[in-house]
Amino acid sequence: MADTALTIPRRSPLSHAADRLAAATRTSGGAVRLAELPFLAQVNVRLDAKGAAADAVGLALGLQLPLEPNTVVRAGELTAVWLGPDEWLVVGPTGGQRDLESRIRAASGDEPVAVTDVSAQRTTLLITGPRARDLLAHGCPLDLHPRIFRAGCCAQTTLARTQIVLVARDEPKAGFWVLVRSSFADYLTDWLLDAAAEYV
Amino acid sequence: MLLIPCPWCGPRDEAEFHYGGQAHVPYPEDSAALTDEEWARYLFFRDNPKGPFAERWSHAAGCRRWFNAVRDTATNEILSVYRSGEPRPDNSTRPGLWAGVLQGGSGGHNPPTAPQSSTDPAGSGTAAPVSGRGGLGEETTPVATQPFRLPTGGRVHRGERLRFTFDGTEYEGFRGDTLASALLANGVIEAGTSIKLGRPRGIFSAGVEEPNAVIQIEAPFPEPMLPATTVELYDGLVASSLPGQGRLATEPDPARYDAVHAHCDLLVVGAGPAGLAAAAAAARSGARVILADDRPELGGSLLGSGELLDWAEEIGALLEVAPEVSVLRRTTVFGHYDDNHLLAVERRTSHLGAEAPEHVSRERVWRIRARRVVLATGAHERSLAFADNDRPGVMLAASARAYVNRHGVLPGRRAVVFTTNDSAYAAALDLAAAGVDVAAIVDTRPEPGEWARRARESGIEVLSGHAVVGTEGDPRLTAVTAAPYGESAGTREFAADLLLVSGGWNPVAHLFSQAGGKLRYDDTLGSFVPGTCRQAVEVAGSANGVLDLARVLAQGAAAGARAIEAEGYASEAPRLPEVTAEPHSPAMRVFLVPGPAGAPRFVDLQRDVTVDDLTRATGAGLRSVEHTKRYTTAGTANDQGKTSGVLAGGVVAELLGVDVSALGTTTFRPPYTPVSFATLAGRDRGALHDPIRTTALHDWHVMHGALFENVGQWKRPWYYPQDGEDMETAVLRECAAARDGVAFMDASTLGKIDVQGPDAAVFLDRLYTNMMSTLKVGMIRYGVMCHLDGMIFDDGTVIRLAQDRFLVTTTTGNAAAVLDWMEEWLQTEWPGLRVHCTSVTEQWATVALVGPRSREVLGTLAPALAVDNDSFPFMAWRDTTVAGVEARVCRISFSGELAYEINVSPWEALALWEALYEAGAPFGITPYGTETMHVLRAEKGYPIIGQDTDGTVTPHDLGMSWAVSKKKPDFIGKRSYARADAVRPDRKHLVGLLPEDPGAFLPEGTQLVADSVLPAPPVPMLGHVTSSYRSAALGRTFALALVKGGRDRIGERLYAPVGDRLVPVTVASPVLYDPEGARRDG
Repeated sequence: MADTALTIPRRSPLSHAADRLAAATRTSGGAVRLAELPFLAQVNVRLDAKGAAADAVGLALGLQLPLEPNTVVRAGELTAVWLGPDEWLVVGPTGGQRDLESRIRAASGDEPVAVTDVSAQRTTLLITGPRARDLLAHGCPLDLHPRIFRAGCCAQTTLARTQIVLVARDEPKAGFWVLVRSSFADYLTDWLLDAAAEYV
Repeated sequence: MLLIPCPWCGPRDEAEFHYGGQAHVPYPEDSAALTDEEWARYLFFRDNPKGPFAERWSHAAGCRRWFNAVRDTATNEILSVYRSGEPRPDNSTRPGLWAGVLQGGSGGHNPPTAPQSSTDPAGSGTAAPVSGRGGLGEETTPVATQPFRLPTGGRVHRGERLRFTFDGTEYEGFRGDTLASALLANGVIEAGTSIKLGRPRGIFSAGVEEPNAVIQIEAPFPEPMLPATTVELYDGLVASSLPGQGRLATEPDPARYDAVHAHCDLLVVGAGPAGLAAAAAAARSGARVILADDRPELGGSLLGSGELLDWAEEIGALLEVAPEVSVLRRTTVFGHYDDNHLLAVERRTSHLGAEAPEHVSRERVWRIRARRVVLATGAHERSLAFADNDRPGVMLAASARAYVNRHGVLPGRRAVVFTTNDSAYAAALDLAAAGVDVAAIVDTRPEPGEWARRARESGIEVLSGHAVVGTEGDPRLTAVTAAPYGESAGTREFAADLLLVSGGWNPVAHLFSQAGGKLRYDDTLGSFVPGTCRQAVEVAGSANGVLDLARVLAQGAAAGARAIEAEGYASEAPRLPEVTAEPHSPAMRVFLVPGPAGAPRFVDLQRDVTVDDLTRATGAGLRSVEHTKRYTTAGTANDQGKTSGVLAGGVVAELLGVDVSALGTTTFRPPYTPVSFATLAGRDRGALHDPIRTTALHDWHVMHGALFENVGQWKRPWYYPQDGEDMETAVLRECAAARDGVAFMDASTLGKIDVQGPDAAVFLDRLYTNMMSTLKVGMIRYGVMCHLDGMIFDDGTVIRLAQDRFLVTTTTGNAAAVLDWMEEWLQTEWPGLRVHCTSVTEQWATVALVGPRSREVLGTLAPALAVDNDSFPFMAWRDTTVAGVEARVCRISFSGELAYEINVSPWEALALWEALYEAGAPFGITPYGTETMHVLRAEKGYPIIGQDTDGTVTPHDLGMSWAVSKKKPDFIGKRSYARADAVRPDRKHLVGLLPEDPGAFLPEGTQLVADSVLPAPPVPMLGHVTSSYRSAALGRTFALALVKGGRDRIGERLYAPVGDRLVPVTVASPVLYDPEGARRDG
């Protein structure tokens, strides 16, 4: 099955919007940069943070699942995003979801750990540039000041009229990931491009 | 917008949360042991206290955790939050987030400042050059077209001439003018007629409080009812006066509107002396400060008085370079809500006229969350109720002063001043210095004091102990009559084209009051001033009832310093300017001025409310200002009674013979000034008004001509008309393809939830009415979910993926609600269950492949799958490859036909869909939409939750007793089926209806009655039609209906009133097509 998958043309939720995102990036002169990061591996992990599985899964992934609410932990190509006191989203490079899922399952042994491939549930928008915060502030009620929403912070919140997972990447210049439900991605793209009108 | 502190994520906007009702009401351990009354008490009864109340909340748009909060139901304050399962804390105090909440500013907190000696000419009595007090350089331009414009002085740019049109006449003004000041410069003071009486009215003020000069902008974009006193002049402006009411534009507004969220340690509202001092004290501390002011220039009242403008400029420059300070000009803070959430509107491009750039929003709503707020909103001058006080030429004294000092405009040539207090004297002196002939100052006070001496020294006559008792003019004022206060004899008449009025000052306490602040009456001011407030708000300056400039500055600086120190920053004493100590004589409290009978004394100019109107109100027995307001409409116009509210209260108090302090004020509600709907809507209009959710196959549907139906936020293909087909023809064709050949549909919108854990089966047994734990891995079961009252809430299929893992599907519209429901029970009632639920709705795209030829199509594309009925039976699922795409194929049918649901990754859904389209072509494969789906399922009597049910329908009512387990000890809703109400014989059952005329169509919602003749009302109703279609398979119309005792009526004839006809129908089984189920296996 896996060998045939490569021959199937894949379409990400925003593949048809790539041109518009690139055009906005270009005309803004880099003030805002918008792009979809399609097909990232995303695995939802539910486990007891105080149980034995937390450490075992951390070891298997090579990163500690963040226990501090609304923070991410990054190691190598993997990012673990805190979603709740017993819930994380592990994000990795394209195609890695099977491997991630099986490593986590193997590490959790008999502990009641839930692992779900959600790679297609949300797509990822990368928003960078000096006006990235200003752009998000048009629709996100969170305080995004760099002193408050620092690098390594994340939040499940709302942007415009849709829910998102917002991640502040490692350094201020690296901007934000906006993870949005695939069915809302078109709406959010239209909204972002409209909100970006003043910066382009 | 409340700020609710999630125990995990910290404070977030209320909009991220769901309310879950009273906390600590556990599900009974043994519900079967409860009496009906006890069960009803658990089900329906909740406490409703005033004060602290423990309730459940879910951080629905965040970490999805349920938690408990103690909320004060009287104030909405969240007193404490704690995690689910934890006991309610004993002392319900505000958490640290709100520690140290400030009391509202009080007038007594004024560090003494030593007044410095000064050479300020304002008080010296000599005619000082106007340009020395706030003029913009030495631009001297002859202004032949603006006869009332001074050659120098003011904040206008005489080099920038702007042409504008008012009531069809072209005029010229300058950059820096308002429409009102430009009109006055051209000698135009009349700016409209009143709404009820049609009396001519003139420019009355110089700010947002304007009741008269409310005009219509005609070009470049039409906008109704803007105060001319707040409209910045631009080239090409076309405006007209109004008869008290505007006209909405008939063309769409092409401008953009937007919103932005902002956060700060300190928000200072108002950039007058107090606000500038407050912001200056905080500017360099590192605290995040926002200073908002509704004018284009900082300075507030200083712009009108012409004082301290160098200092204002210096502070402006300081704020400009401070890295964490934002100054918002042209920004009106119009609402002050819970937890220091304030809304402001910034006018960004209106003043640019036709040059406004298209890509910049015209107006912007700022949604500001401030840790601390300093309100330095100033004060509005109050008018007096004297005879004929509404002629054009009657103007508030400080406003006339502002036209001279801010705009270099004389509002008239010869003025009389009518006052009860000191402040009008400065206006009189400034006007005199600018060249106005001040005929007299009429002061109600018998001993007006030092200011009167100064006026007399300047050659102005002061009539102490006098009042204005009448005016003349047609329409503009030509004469003013004064008499000793309270007497009609001894009158004197003055020729004048301007009458300046000052009845005292009203602090602008609107925002403070909206924030929950309590006002108190200040006797020396004769008005209401801020008292205490539970929010972190201070009021400074004249908004706090302080009118002395030195004290205003000191109070502002102190308030700014206190606010940021409370947030942990070090304040800095700002440089405050030297201010001359001015003499002060107490004001006299006057509202009502006696006058000749028959002459109207206006209280509310914009609503044409007079003293006589208020007298009728009190005569009718009304005793509260809230009631007199509603009886007379005083204070309800779009100026919201800014100049008239306290005056009306004062008049009513006099009429009732009580003290004005006992009456209080009417309630202040947002917005402080009118805000257009377009601005409030911002970006949320047109296509962005509500999110549109689409599936991975959406583009294909669009390309193939689908029309769409909104299902929740989803766009679902409704039907695919071909070659000009109407809906009926297209749906009959699609139905026929599904019944006779093969058809396919995008079913990706169904909600999908992955349920994992060792206790997953136990959990689902408790949630669904039927048994899920006995389902075998590899198989599928249909299930029904009910609320505690036993009424159906959702339905769908449950797939057992593994011993400890299920995939649950929900209806399209209910996916989020079902997941919330699951989490609520898991987190609050059954935390011991080892189960986790994860939404995977968009992880899978689903294609329904339906029809007798569907097996052949699937077989072609899934060579590894044994598709024969024995190998792949009904309600089984298989993992395989379809058209090279990894797929999970389920044998589910929502049509009664042989059918499959093929689930694949949405990334590959288009490849699958196109492969099916190609492989099915020889069989005439037909894409179908929701309408065909509805017909097919209705022919089989399958209900749609939310269409055939309405929250009052049990599974038994639908004829689904088979889906209600009798073996399970308990499940949600079970106890309710034993209630008397659930076993009534006349409950409404789902039945089929066949109109006797097979072509007659019953609209959904049609009522059903027993007799062929309608009896006299009330007509007993037996039920109503829930679904109604034309069926290709049955060759006739049919309907589903909820009918009282319906299953016992099968075969009976009922009547359906449609229009004025009673259509005879026969009650039938809901399963009208293939009742023996022969088609399911192909």
